[in-house]
Amino acid sequence: MEALELARWQFGITTVYHYFFVPITIGLSLMVAIMQSIWLRGRNPEWLRLAKFFGKLFTINFALGLATGIVQEFQFGMNWSDYSRFVGDIFGAPLAIEALLAFFLESTFLGLWIFGWGRIPEKLHCACIWLVHIGTVLSAYFILSANSFMQHPVGYVNNPETGRAELVDFWAVLTNKVQLVTFPHVIAAALMTGGAFVLAIALWHVWRARTPADDKPMYRKAARMGAITVLIAGLGVTVSGDIQGKIMTEVQPMKMAAAEALYDTVPEGQGAPFSIITVGSLDGTTEHWAVTVPKLLSYLATGTFEGEVHGINDLQEEYTLTYAGSELTEVEDYRPVIPVTYWSFRAMVGLGIAGMAVAAAALWALRGDRPLTHRGWYWASVSVLFLPLFANSFGWIFTEMGRQPWVVFGLMTTQTAVSPGVSTGEVLTSMAVFTLLYGVLAVVEVGLTLRYARAGADPYDGASLDPADRDEDQAFVFSY
Amino acid sequence: MELSTVWFILIAVLWTGYFVLEGFDFGVGSLFPVLGRGDEQLDGNTRKRVMLSTIGPVWDGNEVWLLTAGGATFAAFPHWYATLFSGFYLPLLIILVALILRAVGIDYRGKVDDPVWRRRWDAAIVFGSVVPAFLWGVAFTNIVRGVPIDADMEFTGNVFTLLNPVALLGGLVTLTLFATHGAMFLALKTDGPIRHEARALAIRIGLGAAVLAVLWLAIVHAGTGNAASWVLAGLAAGTFLAALGLARAGREGWAFAGTFGTIALAVVSLFVALFPDVMPSTTDPAFSLTAANAASTGYTLTVMTWVAVAFTPIVLLYQGWTYWVFRKRVSGHHIPIDAAVPADSDLGAPAGPGR
Repeated sequence: MEALELARWQFGITTVYHYFFVPITIGLSLMVAIMQSIWLRGRNPEWLRLAKFFGKLFTINFALGLATGIVQEFQFGMNWSDYSRFVGDIFGAPLAIEALLAFFLESTFLGLWIFGWGRIPEKLHCACIWLVHIGTVLSAYFILSANSFMQHPVGYVNNPETGRAELVDFWAVLTNKVQLVTFPHVIAAALMTGGAFVLAIALWHVWRARTPADDKPMYRKAARMGAITVLIAGLGVTVSGDIQGKIMTEVQPMKMAAAEALYDTVPEGQGAPFSIITVGSLDGTTEHWAVTVPKLLSYLATGTFEGEVHGINDLQEEYTLTYAGSELTEVEDYRPVIPVTYWSFRAMVGLGIAGMAVAAAALWALRGDRPLTHRGWYWASVSVLFLPLFANSFGWIFTEMGRQPWVVFGLMTTQTAVSPGVSTGEVLTSMAVFTLLYGVLAVVEVGLTLRYARAGADPYDGASLDPADRDEDQAFVFSY
Repeated sequence: MELSTVWFILIAVLWTGYFVLEGFDFGVGSLFPVLGRGDEQLDGNTRKRVMLSTIGPVWDGNEVWLLTAGGATFAAFPHWYATLFSGFYLPLLIILVALILRAVGIDYRGKVDDPVWRRRWDAAIVFGSVVPAFLWGVAFTNIVRGVPIDADMEFTGNVFTLLNPVALLGGLVTLTLFATHGAMFLALKTDGPIRHEARALAIRIGLGAAVLAVLWLAIVHAGTGNAASWVLAGLAAGTFLAALGLARAGREGWAFAGTFGTIALAVVSLFVALFPDVMPSTTDPAFSLTAANAASTGYTLTVMTWVAVAFTPIVLLYQGWTYWVFRKRVSGHHIPIDAAVPADSDLGAPAGPGR
């Protein structure tokens, strides 16, 4: 393999891995903030216990999200230096602003929250976790602005003298139409993941015989809160995803065609079908058997059931005419890997819907105070933890793989973006190191999360968390 | 003033902020094997937990200075970012691995009550503190003294080009300087036996660091320095000696301010020696990356300047507030007894059917 292939694999592996922690961080910080706020208002100790319980699980996940985030920032320069030179004028700005506005906020106030129990006034302490959550959302906004530029470049001019894209309108980058719909979609998906995290662990405690009977009502409350979050956020994901599909069709028609493996254009009036599942050849060109919904693809792509949907073959021809001979492309094939886009799109949608279904079933089962004893609830709690999480991963795989061969759509191909001076051996080393390290850390992280999830919420010790009542020499509530 | 010059200064400020702040975090972690050893007064685990609790609320925020420096370099000087990060590939890889292990180690070591678990994360914390502390010195020596760069702004050397004797000396200087800085911080922030041992240790390591640092600063500034950078390097040396004297006199707060000032002055002296280059080329001075030829367009720099002017003071305010909130000294009795889940909790127990 060449440095290019390895650099792509490294980016894929590190990004998918990093993105397991991001939606949990965004979603769970909001859940903890709400729990702590409910406690502050009503003083029911159950909510305090839940806030601390999920807060600890939050810090376990935050640690890895932060640590792997540094790799994300550094590898643009390390593996993709020609990309960095070409778009640094535009791409670097949101990245730097993300660090200045969001990362400082998140990490400073998380430190205050972890060590601040009983040391800063209760309301201020609760505000800290809200600020952590706001930091995560701001962070998502700026990094998604940068990503949306790669999907649909705006606010720039190509400068032939310097050989790079140069920023002329930063506001256009921040309000890119792709960004305006991607941001709500990503945030809703993250909240769905956070809700599912709470639902999964709380539901498991409701089901488990060993959970103290006195604690069951508390976990039922948390599970209901998680399930409602999944359902509301899931609705947000669906609505924003629907709008996103139409904008994607407008700016990246090849990606929509690749999502369905639609080779031939379906003209206006016929209505393109959407296949839920297909058995076909490995390269996606031949279909042997499929379950299809008539006219659904036309609706997803255009908003009408009769709309025209461009096929891969036509688009390939069109792109060849537009881009062939351009110095920054150097490719002849403008098609992404079709099976990857086809299946990742279905996995994203299918896992998301399945997650909502489990949440709805759990909400129904948790009404009143009837006990949950069926073994199925164990599997429900395990699966709901992973369904939205993996839906997020497949969503990103679809978005990023569907853009190929472009790194910046219509401007620069991935193969011209790689660092020219970095050897295959160097990239191989780093890819192997990160894969190994991330693998080991995944085992540790999952083990630790399970351990803390199983241990359950600490009992309420009745100690005051008002610093005015406490003595300066007390022990830290959370500490290392 | 040119905007690219403004941004050169801002990048210098960010790196200075990173080294003065994370410098003491690295120092605290590096001193685990020395100050974290248990004795009859305090067991090793409690000592390490006290040490970690001094940096606990702030280390994470300190590390963001690095992320901001990296992001700001990307935004303001894309060519500098591209040449530096692709050229210093392997050292940066090792730094990344070290920082990941350290972050995870700090957060996870106390989460399971098991000596083997703790020992492994202790090793990760020490590795994650010592290695970056050393490699940042190597990297900065190379940046200031120059590396082979061709007409396309590409680094043409290899990892052994970077591991030259002066750069290795630079690594030893940052390592020992940060260890001194960390010991001063521990002397300021703890009470009980650690406080006194840390102060004595700061003076001992500090004397070694002083010799290395004077030699290193002299070599670097003799090569590329100017009058202003010499003055700053001299001030750094003077401040350091004053810090050691203050530590000896028991003035811990002032002594820590002293090492803080030393690192700041030394880093600033390097950036002053570097300007107007950002990465000099040893192949041909004409190929050097300068603040002017590596910079983004004026428009990007203007946008970034407004953002920096508006938000940096806010960041400084709340980070400062964190230090104020946790201004009290930490000692053994602040450490909770049952913070961790014991290793033999019901982990692995079969999940029985519900009732």
